[in-house]
Amino acid sequence: MWRVGTVIALHDETATARTITLDVPDWPRHVAGQHVDVRLTASDGYSAVRSYSIASAPNSERRVELTVERLPNGEVSPYLTQEVAVNDRLELRGPIGGWFVWRTQQTEPIQLIAGGSGIVPLMAMIRSRASAVSTAPFRLLYSVREPRAVFYRDELQALLPHDNSVSVSYAYTRTAPKDWPRPPGRIDAALIADATWPSKLVPTCYVCGPTSFVESATCLLTASGNSPDKVRTERFGPTGDRQ
Amino acid sequence: MSTHTYDYLDGNAAAGELSKIFALDVTAASGQCAHCGTTRRFAEAHLYMQGPGIVARCAVCENVLLRLVNVRERMFLDMQGMTFLSLDTSQLIESNR
Repeated sequence: MWRVGTVIALHDETATARTITLDVPDWPRHVAGQHVDVRLTASDGYSAVRSYSIASAPNSERRVELTVERLPNGEVSPYLTQEVAVNDRLELRGPIGGWFVWRTQQTEPIQLIAGGSGIVPLMAMIRSRASAVSTAPFRLLYSVREPRAVFYRDELQALLPHDNSVSVSYAYTRTAPKDWPRPPGRIDAALIADATWPSKLVPTCYVCGPTSFVESATCLLTASGNSPDKVRTERFGPTGDRQ
Repeated sequence: MSTHTYDYLDGNAAAGELSKIFALDVTAASGQCAHCGTTRRFAEAHLYMQGPGIVARCAVCENVLLRLVNVRERMFLDMQGMTFLSLDTSQLIESNR
């Protein structure tokens, strides 16, 4: 049930978040949106398990990328973002989950809403769409503290000119770039109306972020006419160290 | 600004631990709350992990749906809060074979 993956690359996304690429020899093909549990065991036998979303698209190369945000006082994330080195081995359980997933057979409009590191499983969906050459219309609304906290910045920017059916909107909660049209603030009804698919198109919505963010975004989506059963959610928070 | 603090996650976060017991994915499984009768996906349940085990509660009425506790070499699973759990057999989880 636990697999062993070898770290083959490390990449810093932001000052506090790092992408870890693992080679996992017996990895079954995953589905975009799934997560893994990572188990760290100390020399005295104490172990800690945390869940991390998979960032990479399904692939046949047995590669799994996890993007981990360092949490202050975290038990596992400081190790994964600061200590882990290429050739280290990590224990993984997964891929896990069959609900918060986007399958390449889906053709309906897709609305992605990310809060902070909640972008990770949604990025796997965007990457999966590209690798499957899907034409499903995607929109991403990415709520982030400030411009330098954006994960996958270059890759998201590169989507804009080349692929007009993935549109990306940002909501900055604390500091916006100079001349940004909207003052810093949380996602609200006006932004939902501007930046998400109209509910009459019946999009499937995926919302991932801290629990308070997910509750707020879900309420706004249903208030704007989306049916609750078209809104799929994944919450993380300090209680589970979930990223 | 809301002062409410949310201390729960959701059923997705229990799926790894429940994969020790269930060969099928539980997050997409539908479960009926024994208290209010609502049927929802297990992924939508509110999950509390602060205690010695895992407690899943109904997202509508907060009735306890499931409790899971590990004590040394034993796992204790209480599902009396659900009248049923309906699982999809079409996609057996590869990782549990």
